[in-house]
Amino acid sequence: MLLTEMVSSLEYVPYWNKPKHQMTTQVNNSDLHFASVRELRSKFNKREISSSEVTKVTLDRIATLEPRLNTFITVTPENAIRDAKLADERLQGTGQEPTALTGVPVMVKDNFSTKDVPTTAASNILKGYIPPYDGTVVSLLKQAGAVILGKGNLDEFAMGSSNETSAFGPVHNPWDTERVPGGSSGGASAAVAAGQCFMAFGSDTGGSIRQPAAFCGVVGMKPTYGLVSRFGLLAFGSSLDQIGPLTRTVADCSDALNIISSHDHRDSTSVSAPFTDFGQELDIGIAEMNIGVPKEYLVEGIEPGVRSAFEASLKTLESLGANVSETSLPLTDHALAVYYIIAPSEASANLSRYDGVKYGLGFLNANNSAQATESARGEGFGDEVKRRILLGTYALSAGYYDAFYKKAQQVRTLIRREFTDSFLKFDALVTPTSPNVAFKIGGKINDPFQMYMNDVCTIPVNIAGLPSISVPGGMSEGLPVGLQFIGPQFGDTTVIRAAAAYERATNWHKNHPLI
Amino acid sequence: MNPLSKKDVEHIAKLAYIKLSKKETEDLRMQLSNILSHFASLSTVKTDGIEATGHTTDSNTVMRNDHPEQPLDQNDVLRNAPDRDGEFVRVRPVLE
Repeated sequence: MLLTEMVSSLEYVPYWNKPKHQMTTQVNNSDLHFASVRELRSKFNKREISSSEVTKVTLDRIATLEPRLNTFITVTPENAIRDAKLADERLQGTGQEPTALTGVPVMVKDNFSTKDVPTTAASNILKGYIPPYDGTVVSLLKQAGAVILGKGNLDEFAMGSSNETSAFGPVHNPWDTERVPGGSSGGASAAVAAGQCFMAFGSDTGGSIRQPAAFCGVVGMKPTYGLVSRFGLLAFGSSLDQIGPLTRTVADCSDALNIISSHDHRDSTSVSAPFTDFGQELDIGIAEMNIGVPKEYLVEGIEPGVRSAFEASLKTLESLGANVSETSLPLTDHALAVYYIIAPSEASANLSRYDGVKYGLGFLNANNSAQATESARGEGFGDEVKRRILLGTYALSAGYYDAFYKKAQQVRTLIRREFTDSFLKFDALVTPTSPNVAFKIGGKINDPFQMYMNDVCTIPVNIAGLPSISVPGGMSEGLPVGLQFIGPQFGDTTVIRAAAAYERATNWHKNHPLI
Repeated sequence: MNPLSKKDVEHIAKLAYIKLSKKETEDLRMQLSNILSHFASLSTVKTDGIEATGHTTDSNTVMRNDHPEQPLDQNDVLRNAPDRDGEFVRVRPVLE
């Protein structure tokens, strides 16, 4: 039976209308769910399947898997079915010219502002909040004809490395549901890995796209700071936050960036790309490319399985003709401290807007305005968010500003310089994305500093505002390992080139979890 | 550096407008002291005369022509307020 016949024979009943006992437990792991967006597009072009059909089967898959994975905070099936219908008109040539994402079912992380669709940042303080506007990336996705399925689970306000700080419960890693998917874009990475969407969009402040991509065996990229507008992204650390895609292939990643990257006057840090196509070097290979391996990233405590996967990846890069050599970035050891001063400081300022007046929890019986705000924030914010707001407040408070915040910003300058010098010699750097594979839910949540150590390989990149991509780079103990490429500022096309060459030479991206 | 005192935590919680329970105050005192102790190593990096980096790209003031643009729908904005009175958001007394 053709898939299209299978789909049309299904009477579509959304899962929220189904009695619990009728929920399907049988999972159909058909190739369609794990197709890349380019493969899906080819099926659209050959009329093998329509966007409406693929959207319906994807919504069904979400319904089947959500009780086990919890990747979505909000699913918007009516909107998705409506948008898929419009996309089909475009694909059939009766509407606007289709784009690379027309008709493609996608997820956006729930810290993206979406008009008329609840946006929570996984926080109790925003329960019930319905934005009056779309952020720039959401607008661009809608204009491109992408079908937004709903809002992805995340660590509260994107603060976390395991998705366990969400007020809506943890996300489970589809490779082993007792383990975390990484964070903070854990819903996004798990949904792409599990075939609940064809790509997802997350935000990365210290590794929040790349580390979960690594833990779930998918591709995740943080472009150069400024290339994607942050307008409508609920702000965490404004000088570090950057939006990017999580996908199944490097080509899909560059196609997605071509859609969402644009100069935006509503974001004062927005910059225009000095190139027209993120994928312009996709196919040219890495012969003679100079790739540096900064030894500080092979930290003490790196898991042996991650180390051996990484060493095997270096051999692959050499076999493709790259000149791979060791280098040193000594300030890497200070990056974690710099980050955990700057990010919480910026967060403490950004999150001061949540006062329970214009939106959020209101304490209508409080004696005065200050008490109402203190109660709203005391009840509305979870432990990790409180911890970071207080850490930032402390670092910015009288008497400590110079010792912490200013010092961190000065070391930030030195870290940037160290990278800049390194890129005089190397076209790209390569490191493991994380020193470990996905850990057990509950394993690190009670030790904040241990949790922060997860981001030791991804954080320096945000500090310097550089482009970086994580691709599936091996397996350890049955779990995916990520390989990270880092490029110079605006070297986005170079990291995509290196990642694509590595992907062509390996099969790791073809592994899918058996759910 | 010295660990934070209970008073320190209460002071920064007040600055941040966050009400904490006794247990939260004590947990945070220990956790923040531990985290801050890991930051002490920064003082070993020489930064005399080094400028601070705020943003990694130039951040410019954005100008636009002084033409009115379509504002957000008033009802869409006000629907989120916990306490609303017609076109107004109501707050608890600010001055007592």
